[in-house]
Amino acid sequence: MSDLLSNFWILLAIKLVAIAALVPVSALVIGTAELKISAHMQSRIGPYFAGGRFGWAQLIADGIKFFQKEDIIPEDADRQVFRWAPALVLLSTVALFVVIPFSPTLIVRDLDLGVFYVLAISSISTIGVLMAGWSSANKYSLMGGLRAAGQLIAYELPLVLAVVGVVIQAGTMSMVGIVEAQASFEVFGTIAVPYVAVQFVGFLVFMTAALAELSRIPFDLPVAESELVMGFVTEYTGFRFLFFFLGEYASMFSMSAIAATLFLGGYHFPGLDPAIWGPVVLVAKIFFLAFLMIWFRWTFPRLREDQLQTFAWKWLIPVSLANIAVTGVFKVVF
Amino acid sequence: MSLYFQDYITVGSFAALGVVLVIVMLGVAALLRPSNPSPAKQKTYECGVDPVGEGWHQSYVRYYVFGLLFVIFDVEAVFIFPWAIKLEDLGVFGLVEMLIFIWILLMGLIFAIRKGVLRWE
Repeated sequence: MSDLLSNFWILLAIKLVAIAALVPVSALVIGTAELKISAHMQSRIGPYFAGGRFGWAQLIADGIKFFQKEDIIPEDADRQVFRWAPALVLLSTVALFVVIPFSPTLIVRDLDLGVFYVLAISSISTIGVLMAGWSSANKYSLMGGLRAAGQLIAYELPLVLAVVGVVIQAGTMSMVGIVEAQASFEVFGTIAVPYVAVQFVGFLVFMTAALAELSRIPFDLPVAESELVMGFVTEYTGFRFLFFFLGEYASMFSMSAIAATLFLGGYHFPGLDPAIWGPVVLVAKIFFLAFLMIWFRWTFPRLREDQLQTFAWKWLIPVSLANIAVTGVFKVVF
Repeated sequence: MSLYFQDYITVGSFAALGVVLVIVMLGVAALLRPSNPSPAKQKTYECGVDPVGEGWHQSYVRYYVFGLLFVIFDVEAVFIFPWAIKLEDLGVFGLVEMLIFIWILLMGLIFAIRKGVLRWE
């Protein structure tokens, strides 16, 4: 058995199957949570009948429904680009799961450049969005795609710079290394505290930028349904349409996982053995952050395009640069 | 096989997995879904009326200056990361160097703001 597991190719196949299952499941769970939480925040009951109780099977039923829908490609569209855009979005989503550590050993691959890899891979989905927006040959889609690109340009930088503070603290870019550094990081006394205690500014900037990267309210200008009729997904139907939502909810899961790993201690919780409790602790933290994102959706109004750009360039980038300087000074002096 | 190649093979196969998932699911869906295209259905959507003009109309990309600034700052982020990892060994020398670097960047950003290039008109 252990012989079998030490073979690289067999292990890789097991991991591929596991992640191929985890991506849709995580999207389903987060999506259902969004339906139910949104409903309760608006004093509705939300989906109720599918699956017998609480409408837990609502999204599965939706998925089966999408299977039977006609795949319409507009006549004017750039057919090949239109076809492959959802694949690129899903490529980015799936590849992001490679570096999420669920426990010290339960990780697909602990890359040395884990943090860099996250930042690089997560921005690939924007190319997919831009492809979708351009190839649809639709005015709304084109505007949605261009807005998505502008948003990425503005919010990629705060995302990258906010992580530098964590890298300074940990002295490594490997995801497991960062969690281990937090497990032995003590500010007062003997209990290990996660980096959010000393990197609170970095955490706020990271979460804001992550919200913008995910195009969620208040940064949902690329898909603004009231003005752009869902922007870049206007022309998509059936399963191709579903892939964008699968990508969005699975990315919500993985971005929350990365924020939890970098700032909230990942799979580590004082007093619990990470080898056994690691996945449970991490998933609990992921759902806490995902809940915050859903909560924001029903709290903040959508920003205007110029406010969006100003907020990133005049506030988030200077603040995160200052955060790097302050963290560096503290690291060297103390 | 070295660990170095294992890293690349893992990342490559997971990137491929994303594309394969799309192909497989669309393939399965192709067996179930109907296909009866009609000219009206294939038309570009524009709130129910016939589309006016071309979809690929000329549009003003307002943020091209933002794009130029983005390239500069993104390259700078690449320089900051190696410094961030090795800061403990570099000590005060590395810190002062990087503070000067960040100061120059911040000045550049303030110059751009004062110059009005980041104003969205």
